[in-house]
Amino acid sequence: MERNIALIALFAALIGAMALLPGLTLASGIPITAQSLGVMLAGTVLGARKGALAVLLYLLLIALGLPIAANGGAGLGVFTRPSIGYLIGFPVGAFVIGLVADRFAEPMRFVPAMVAALVGGMVVVTVFGIIGMWIMLGVTLPEAIAFAAPYLPGDIIKAVIAGGITQALYAARPGLAALRA
Amino acid sequence: MIAATFDRPTWAHSVPAAVKFGTLLVVTIVILRLDSPQALGLMLLALAALYLSCGLALARAGLRALRGIAIAAALIALWHLVTGRPDAALVLPLRLILAVLAATFVTLTTRLDEISALVDRLLALVRVPAVPRRRLALAIALTIRFVPVLRDKGAALSDAWRARSPRRPGVRIALPLALIAIDDAERVGEALRARGGA
Repeated sequence: MERNIALIALFAALIGAMALLPGLTLASGIPITAQSLGVMLAGTVLGARKGALAVLLYLLLIALGLPIAANGGAGLGVFTRPSIGYLIGFPVGAFVIGLVADRFAEPMRFVPAMVAALVGGMVVVTVFGIIGMWIMLGVTLPEAIAFAAPYLPGDIIKAVIAGGITQALYAARPGLAALRA
Repeated sequence: MIAATFDRPTWAHSVPAAVKFGTLLVVTIVILRLDSPQALGLMLLALAALYLSCGLALARAGLRALRGIAIAAALIALWHLVTGRPDAALVLPLRLILAVLAATFVTLTTRLDEISALVDRLLALVRVPAVPRRRLALAIALTIRFVPVLRDKGAALSDAWRARSPRRPGVRIALPLALIAIDDAERVGEALRARGGA
């Protein structure tokens, strides 16, 4: 139990620390908000339940006022923006990532982690993001979908990175896979 | 770790957190329901007066919070103007600004420990037992402590990268940072168990 609490808390802190890291931009110029990379990793490394809890804890701490949202945002104001859908989608996405990865025999290998990150981290989170913009921005559904489209290439790249990092973590600490349950 | 709370005490700091959060909930619902630009404009004036009643410095902190959404508000206005919805071009950005200002006011004037105490009381109200609530409090404390720790270690990794490469560190930092977090979690877990567990 202590280990689980520590893992969940440290991963919430990791998402927060990654959201603050400067210079996470790819050579192609597509900006990587490391925040959503952190959300993907929470699901691929910690599994469905603990991953979702880590993301929920991260969101709670933003609400409490820690400046750990993307670009150092903090406080309740973060949840009143048009991006609210993405924030709600994050814990759901992490949960789905864990579920999808666990369908594979070795969930922390590159392909399972990448596929899971694509399904949960890109598709699920984007669906929530689109619904959020649709409601918050007063636009039509096709317009909201168009607004979400520019983020998709970055999401695909992030899913590949998340797959690579997860496999490398698995290679370095094979005991991690046993903690996913 | 510096929280978003405004450090100089104002009258609003001494209002109980529960009152502020309850009011914020009502105000946010009202903001989202209002359709007339006049009513929203009045709300903006009222919020500006509220900020100013706590001093110029707090008002400036509120304006800083708006910087983050200024571009979004402008784009929303432009989009609705271009697509021929002038009423939405005024109402939607106003709503966004008002909601952010109202929420930021509560964040600025409420200390982090007050908010987490409020969360604990709300969970107790919905009959969450004491043990999971204590675990949540522990997890919150650990995360608050480890965000600056991991951020510093991430900065050290970036420095080490820059010392050896002319290119920017980029996502390569993410793997060693995640490994550090996982190893730290292992040690923290052991330390907690050694001290009687959670």
